[in-house]
Amino acid sequence: MKTSITKISLLVVILFSALTSEAQKVYATKTGQTAFNASSPIEKIAAVNNQTDSKFVADNGQVVFAVLIKGFKFENQLMEDHFNENYMESTKLPKADFKGYITNIKEVNFAKDGSYPVKLDGNLTLHGVTNKVSAAGTMKVAGGVPEMEGSFKIKLKDYNVTGLYIGEKIAPEVAITVKCKYQ
Amino acid sequence: MRSLNKQKIMVMLAIAALPFSSFAQIDLFAEKEEPITDIVTATFKTTRVVNGHSIENVGAGILDFRILHRFGQFSDGAYNLFGLDQASIRLGLDYGITKNWMVGIGRSTFEKQYDAFTKLRLLSQTTGGRNFPISVSYAGTMIYKSVKNTNTAYVPYESDRLSFGHQLIIARKFGDYFSLQLTPTYFHYNVVPTKDLPNDFKSLGIASRIRLSKRLNLTGEYYYRFDKIPGYQNSLSVGFDIETGGHVFQLHMTNSTGMTERTFINETTGEWGKGNIRFGFNVSRVFTVRKPKEFRNKAAL
Repeated sequence: MKTSITKISLLVVILFSALTSEAQKVYATKTGQTAFNASSPIEKIAAVNNQTDSKFVADNGQVVFAVLIKGFKFENQLMEDHFNENYMESTKLPKADFKGYITNIKEVNFAKDGSYPVKLDGNLTLHGVTNKVSAAGTMKVAGGVPEMEGSFKIKLKDYNVTGLYIGEKIAPEVAITVKCKYQ
Repeated sequence: MRSLNKQKIMVMLAIAALPFSSFAQIDLFAEKEEPITDIVTATFKTTRVVNGHSIENVGAGILDFRILHRFGQFSDGAYNLFGLDQASIRLGLDYGITKNWMVGIGRSTFEKQYDAFTKLRLLSQTTGGRNFPISVSYAGTMIYKSVKNTNTAYVPYESDRLSFGHQLIIARKFGDYFSLQLTPTYFHYNVVPTKDLPNDFKSLGIASRIRLSKRLNLTGEYYYRFDKIPGYQNSLSVGFDIETGGHVFQLHMTNSTGMTERTFINETTGEWGKGNIRFGFNVSRVFTVRKPKEFRNKAAL
């Protein structure tokens, strides 16, 4: 009698834990890549951040990306200093994030290898300003490991980023690409 | 006995259901954010305040070619166009081995000095997750005087041309608009002008940066000598750091002639009160020798 009760409860535990993992699979990474390009014909302005924090929920497509502004690396140290101090004010506003949904997550089959087009909608908070953005990308699944890649463009003035050289040396519109391999 | 078992089952069921209920409400938007530890950067705008080292290093893989230039003294009058006829120059190459360690060499017209230094960041000021109030660096300098010997009563050794300096650089950035730095300095001369003088000289530097606008900063630097060679003054310099797109241009007024630590700290001849002030500038041109790893093999970016 006693053993059967133990068995039942064990079964229940297993059943529930199986349920939870099925229903609420969260994919995450802390080493995603975010890059941007604000080059103009006069000057190359590009930077990369390899410490992008991202998570998404497989069943409802809820997705977040977060980067530290100071984590962006430039080829030119002085440009990096100017980016942080004069344009992004990264001491005051250290972080940028995107919170939204992969709207067509149901079309991605995580059990089957392949490349699936995805659409993202959400709010981008940058330089303390939040705006709605949409991005298109692809979700590659290989051996159960998803890798998401996408890009979008933002206008610096929408995020209250101002400065002498914007529109001259710095492009007023910046292309952002994100690439994350999840676990 | 039976009822106890039932109780057990209920408890187990409850425990089993717990993770389910908590997992069911996963909301990535509501997740608690970890506090961010922010390493303070740009305490000073460049690696020199005016003559002396600032807390800053050049970036890893960056070669910095610096031309430091001082004209003659205002007090020389109109005949020398208030000093503009004369010049004292130090040409230097600085290189960042890592982001915390740089080395440099230089050649000065003053005494035909060659100098080499190393500067190492030991501690960094941080805010946010982990707070640390100051940044600390060590700078070590070796100076070789190559000017030909004048006739002296004894034949000097080659090592007499050398002097060695050690500096501890302690700095704090108080917000975007004000930075302060203290620089305890110790210098050893292998030979000194007279035999009653000590060979070791202690001094304390104080330097500051005040931001006037996004691209213009006011800087000041003063070195107080605890051990003095008679006839010399304390070094006082004030200047502007002007940031242009590619580099920081420094313009300043100083009573020092030489630009190596030994010379401007311990052997400054000019007196501000007598108008022995020199106009000078530092220009710097940086070259990326080794790209950051993010940019290697990445032509597309």
